[in-house]
Amino acid sequence: MTRAAPRIGIFLLIAIWALPLLWMLIASVTPESRLFGGAPAMPGAFVLDHYRALFAERAFWRPVRNSLIVAATTTVFAVAIGVWAAYALARLRFRGRAVTLSAVLAVSTFPQISIVSPLYLLLRRAGLIDTYPGLVLPYLTFALPLAVWLLTGFFRQLPGELEDAARMDGASRLRAAVEVTLPLAAPAIATTAILTFLYAWNEFLFALSFTLGPERQTVPVAIALFRGQYQVPWGQILAAAVVASLPVAIIVLAFQRRIVKGLTAGAVKG
Amino acid sequence: MASIELQAIGKVFPGSGAAAIRDVSLTIANGERLVLVGPSGSGKSTLLRIIAGLEMPSAGRVLIGGSDVTDVPPEQRDLAMVFQSYALYPHKTVRGNLAFGLRMRRVAAPEIERRVRQAAAALGLEPLLDRMPSQLSGGQRQRVAVGRALVRDPQAFLFDEPLSNLDPQLRGETRAELIDLHSRLRATMVYVTHDQEEAMTLGQRIAILNDGRIEQVGPPQALYERPASLFVARFLGTPPMNVVDAASFPALARGLPQHAASIGFRPHEVRLTSVAERHEVTGTIELVEPLGHAQIVHVRVDPSTRVVVVAAAEARPQPGAAVGLSIPADRRHVFDSHGKTLATEEH
Repeated sequence: MTRAAPRIGIFLLIAIWALPLLWMLIASVTPESRLFGGAPAMPGAFVLDHYRALFAERAFWRPVRNSLIVAATTTVFAVAIGVWAAYALARLRFRGRAVTLSAVLAVSTFPQISIVSPLYLLLRRAGLIDTYPGLVLPYLTFALPLAVWLLTGFFRQLPGELEDAARMDGASRLRAAVEVTLPLAAPAIATTAILTFLYAWNEFLFALSFTLGPERQTVPVAIALFRGQYQVPWGQILAAAVVASLPVAIIVLAFQRRIVKGLTAGAVKG
Repeated sequence: MASIELQAIGKVFPGSGAAAIRDVSLTIANGERLVLVGPSGSGKSTLLRIIAGLEMPSAGRVLIGGSDVTDVPPEQRDLAMVFQSYALYPHKTVRGNLAFGLRMRRVAAPEIERRVRQAAAALGLEPLLDRMPSQLSGGQRQRVAVGRALVRDPQAFLFDEPLSNLDPQLRGETRAELIDLHSRLRATMVYVTHDQEEAMTLGQRIAILNDGRIEQVGPPQALYERPASLFVARFLGTPPMNVVDAASFPALARGLPQHAASIGFRPHEVRLTSVAERHEVTGTIELVEPLGHAQIVHVRVDPSTRVVVVAAAEARPQPGAAVGLSIPADRRHVFDSHGKTLATEEH
């Protein structure tokens, strides 16, 4: 077999994946009038109309702000709680450890749609509909299991003798964890934070169900609701999609290696 | 410095039916250098971790300096341990590794610096103080691990196979240094190894473990000369002691009690004779391994038994030749069918 064949295959795959993204980028700077004429995905006139409209008329900074607040808060809580839960699951011997870990995994596999109604009732009773906590708390139902699962795998890979050594050196279990285990887990904690942030940033169903108006809507919800009764503002939708993809793209490009490591953690030993 | 006393220690790991440690009682005197030795799975490392407090015994008590520490966590026992993997903190410099134990004990900063320098000087680590563990060679890491134990002036030192990752030459040197270190500090040291030679050279006393039990405790020479069991007899010494069936060699078994089941003798206490001379066992030479200063001769004495003899370098044993083996009566060890040593008149 020649070396060209697999390369052509790879280029084709990349093209299939990248074409819609390219289209999105180009269309977001193409005047509305030219969007539906001519060849698709060919750069025409370059205008920033859609972006101007997005932030000036639609106040798109509001969903961006909401998304940032909700995703960041979710990440902080998921990682802060997840680290200690994962540490206990990986390091301490206690009854029901295996059951707890499988329960955590089971929870994260629930279809979101199945818990939307009960969560809605709970949040309404608590008066949290259309508030930030009303999004952060439901987000933790998927973010926390994700963080616990990833971090447990990381902690298990760290040699236990390091903590034994710290304890012989006079550190309590907690002190040994803080002084030795957590610094060594720092890359893993960063990866977990990035992945959690991405999941929260992209979440749609909960955000749609538990917000009432633009004041608390997140980016994916806001974009979905652009569609008016008589027209669909494609230019603005695509400009918004670019804005929504930006943090994701930046994070993924900056932390590529770590994310891949995180996704495959525990898959193979070593 | 303090003595360590184990009283009827037992350990069963949850989930495994078999006991890892069975009823072990042992007293390690203040300032003594004791070696725990045994094959893998004999429970020697578990016993050391129980002394350290890293494992809880299922039964029995641990006393350090006369006080019961069975329920005291490791950080409050004031012991220092050197691990097989060295377990250096990978995110701290050599200085940080050495200082960690002192920092945990809230020693003042100038005092920490003084003691780190002192330990580094003693171990030749001064030029390495600002390096990370990943930048050190295996031998250097091992020194840092020892240094980390040394800076603290603990009640006792625990070593868990600290030399097994070093190459043979470095191992020999470090062994001598550890003995030297011990005689300067007069510290209580408990040393775990699976290597009988290391045990013989390092131990003032040796405790031989087998299947979670102590087979025998005593000074190395005493264990070598008067093993209490077949296991100890075969474990100490290279090449290992020859053991033959008493019933198959009546010439060796003459005058022994009825229940003598097997007879042992060390390879260098057998004399190779010509068939014409006086001897107890005859056989055929199968293999000769020259060592330079001596040679190891394998002699087939019976279809199922081969005896190993250490012969002088001048001898010229030929494979295939018939030889006699002469074993002095006072050099024979006699065991019953349970592997227990039987007393004979010579002893």
